[in-house]
Amino acid sequence: MNIVVCVKQTPARDSLLRVDAAGKWVSEDDLNFEINEPDAYALESGLQLKEQHGGEVTVLCAGPARAAQTIREALAKGADRAIHIAADHLGALDPLGLAKLMAAALRDEKPDLVLTGLQSDDLGYGQTGVILAELLGLPHATIIMQVEVEGGTLQVKRELEDGWFQHVAMPLPALLTIQSGISKLRYATLMGIKRAKTKPVRTVSAAELGDAATPVLEVARVYAPPRGKRTQLFDGDARESAARLVEKLRFEARVL
Amino acid sequence: MSILVITEHREGTLTRLSLETLAAALSMEKPVTAVVLGHSVGALASQLAGYALERVIALEHSLLLQYTPDGYCRALLETVQAREPWLVLFPHSYQSRDYAPKLATALGRVLASDVTGHRMEDGALVLVRQLFQGKLNADVRFAGEAPHFASIQAGAYRADTLPAGTAPIETVTPEIHAADIRTNPEAPFREAQRAVDLTAADVIVSVGRGIKEAENLPVVQALAEALGAELAASRPICDNGWLPMERQVGSSGQTVAPKLYVAVGISGAIQHLVGMKGSKVIVAINKDPDAPIFEVADYGIVGDLFEVAPALVEELRKER
Repeated sequence: MNIVVCVKQTPARDSLLRVDAAGKWVSEDDLNFEINEPDAYALESGLQLKEQHGGEVTVLCAGPARAAQTIREALAKGADRAIHIAADHLGALDPLGLAKLMAAALRDEKPDLVLTGLQSDDLGYGQTGVILAELLGLPHATIIMQVEVEGGTLQVKRELEDGWFQHVAMPLPALLTIQSGISKLRYATLMGIKRAKTKPVRTVSAAELGDAATPVLEVARVYAPPRGKRTQLFDGDARESAARLVEKLRFEARVL
Repeated sequence: MSILVITEHREGTLTRLSLETLAAALSMEKPVTAVVLGHSVGALASQLAGYALERVIALEHSLLLQYTPDGYCRALLETVQAREPWLVLFPHSYQSRDYAPKLATALGRVLASDVTGHRMEDGALVLVRQLFQGKLNADVRFAGEAPHFASIQAGAYRADTLPAGTAPIETVTPEIHAADIRTNPEAPFREAQRAVDLTAADVIVSVGRGIKEAENLPVVQALAEALGAELAASRPICDNGWLPMERQVGSSGQTVAPKLYVAVGISGAIQHLVGMKGSKVIVAINKDPDAPIFEVADYGIVGDLFEVAPALVEELRKER
């Protein structure tokens, strides 16, 4: 099976975020980047399917030069090769613009299955996968917990809201967006890290892929959210904070 | 310049989020048409006709009995092309996430997903959405031509004051063929019965990623005991198997509204907040002063939970 896993590099989860000077994104100077968490589970699903059914896992990643690190980590975990869409300013693209680049990069790949995480931890549009399915003319399903392949048919378990699930079948080729936390992520082995250095990475520029899409959705301003509720905050010494909180809960909120 | 609101229903009832999405549309002071899709949805259409809407469109087809992205997109593409709305609004649900971006793409548009608010600026619509799991906000604008597409986050608008009215109902049979539908869904199901009913608890202590390891759970268990509380968790804790799934609070777990909800080491991603923000009093303990959980908290302690939780236990055990 020819599997493509789309991954994004995003700021590490516990990053301290500062809005940049232009007020349109965050300042990236002091940030550490890592694989977008749901995409790590998409990669894990792809590697497991390859182990069960044979074939190849190709990682597709759009981003600036620093994304090479995330690509190398995916190769070290067991992906066979990678396509790096070199794009310095992902923020200038809307999800449709980005998905168009990804679709163009996959034009000659003929994947049986395309996997993405269900959303990115930074922009959080939660739609690049679905848009890509539409552009590639593939059937799709989102927020997937389990994937099984039998012959040319895909059987997946979708998460619905409020503790409900649903099984959905569809023919291959298809696209799935994978839910975070559905399996245990593997670590790269020393051998894997060594092998990753010789695995092929095809780098294509956005311009080569026909980068002419004018965004139809624009980010006008990024800012810290205004506090909606008056929160009484205690900081400093833990014992002192605890004492003040318990007093408030007893005599002000009267919930103890 | 009309707005189409695509409503959703489950087990014969319009979802609350659908009504909130109608409220969002009505607050934009433009004519609003509600759309309901399915098979035998007459009663839902009648309910919608009782609100102050310009029109209700019932898209009736046997192939819409079960939700599929292909069936819904086919039906709605036809509707959007025929009605030429200014804006198409969806509830930001797991269902709309599955097909609304596909519909927008088919028309060369981008869905502004998971919107929490809006305003008009120089005649243009500005929508507010969250970035970085709620740590930052962004104002977004549509650059191209109408129709525009957006989805509304749960709890962002209030549905309890929808104005009444009498709207005409149009029933339309969209052109859908079985061959258009590539996915084959089975009936939704629930896994094992829930043994723990968190909704009945007066006090809940809930634990998140900040606990770091399963071995550290006794720290919050002790706090729950001292407060006489049920122990709950955010999704990553249950995904890791550190606590059973039935103790999960949030969009994929239980929705709770206790007298007191104590969030320990939970940053407050929206998926968690929707499950607990109706609690009477919310306390948050987190080392990051910018964590979104403090947005909904009445009281907060900024600090290391491994110091704060034991200090609270000690304080609670003191004689009153």
